[in-house]
Amino acid sequence: MRTLRHRVRGLGPAHSGTGHFWLQRTTAIANAALVIYFVFLFVTLAGRSHAAVVATIGQPVVAILLLAAILSIVVHMRVGMQVIIEDYVHGEAAKVTLLLANTFFAIAVGLAAAFAVLRISFGL
Amino acid sequence: MIEPKSHVERPLSPHLQIYRLTITMVMSIVHRATGAALYAGTILFVWWLFAAGNPRRFETINAFLGSWFGRLILFGYTWALLHHLLGGVRHLIWDTGRGMEPGEREFLAWATLIGSGTLTVLVWLLALMLRG
Repeated sequence: MRTLRHRVRGLGPAHSGTGHFWLQRTTAIANAALVIYFVFLFVTLAGRSHAAVVATIGQPVVAILLLAAILSIVVHMRVGMQVIIEDYVHGEAAKVTLLLANTFFAIAVGLAAAFAVLRISFGL
Repeated sequence: MIEPKSHVERPLSPHLQIYRLTITMVMSIVHRATGAALYAGTILFVWWLFAAGNPRRFETINAFLGSWFGRLILFGYTWALLHHLLGGVRHLIWDTGRGMEPGEREFLAWATLIGSGTLTVLVWLLALMLRG
C-alpha cells in the first residue's frame, strides 16, 4: 500500500527531487553573467563589417564564452518550457509529445549554434 | 459506511479573471511570456550565427536587421532579454527568503519593469552612439 507519506519520501512524487530547481537556478546565474557580457559585445559589434564581427567571434575566449552561453541557455530554456507545458497541457499524449519536441528543439538549437560558432572560430 | 465515489465534485479555486489585476501578477505573467518569446528568439540568433559564416549572407541578414522592422524585432528582443534577466534576479532574491513582504513584492515588481525599460533604452543609445 502506498500512503501519501510514502509518496513524498525521498525524491518526492516527481521522482527527481530538487534537480529541476537546481538546474534552473544554476543556468539562470550562468545566463545572467553571460548575457550581460554578450549584450555589450553585440552593442560594440552593431554596424561593424563582416571581417570585424568574424574576427571577434573567432577569438578563443569569446568563442568559448559563446559556447558556454549556448549550453546554459538551451538547458535553461528546456526546463523553463517543460514547466510551461506541464502547467497548461493536461492530455497525456499531447503533453508527452510536446515534452519530447521541447527536448529535441533545445538540442537542435544548441548543436546548430555551437556548430556555427566553431565554424567561425576554425575559419572554415 | 460511505461509498467512495470515483469522481468527487470538489470546489475549484477561482480562475484568473476573478482577481483584481496586481503588478506582481502581471510581472509573473510577463516573466513567463518573455521566457517563451526568448525560446522562439533563439531561432533568430542561430540564423544570425550561421549567416556570420558567409560575407554575402551576413550582408543580407544585416540589411534586414538594420531595417525599421528588423530594429523593432531587435529592440523587443533586447527588452525581453533584459526583462527576463531582471525577473530572474527577482526570483533569486526570493529564493533566499527575502523580498516577500507586502510593499517589498510590489517594489521588486516595479523595479523589474522600470529597470528593464530603462536598461533597454540605455543599451540602444549606447549602440547607436558607438555606431556613430
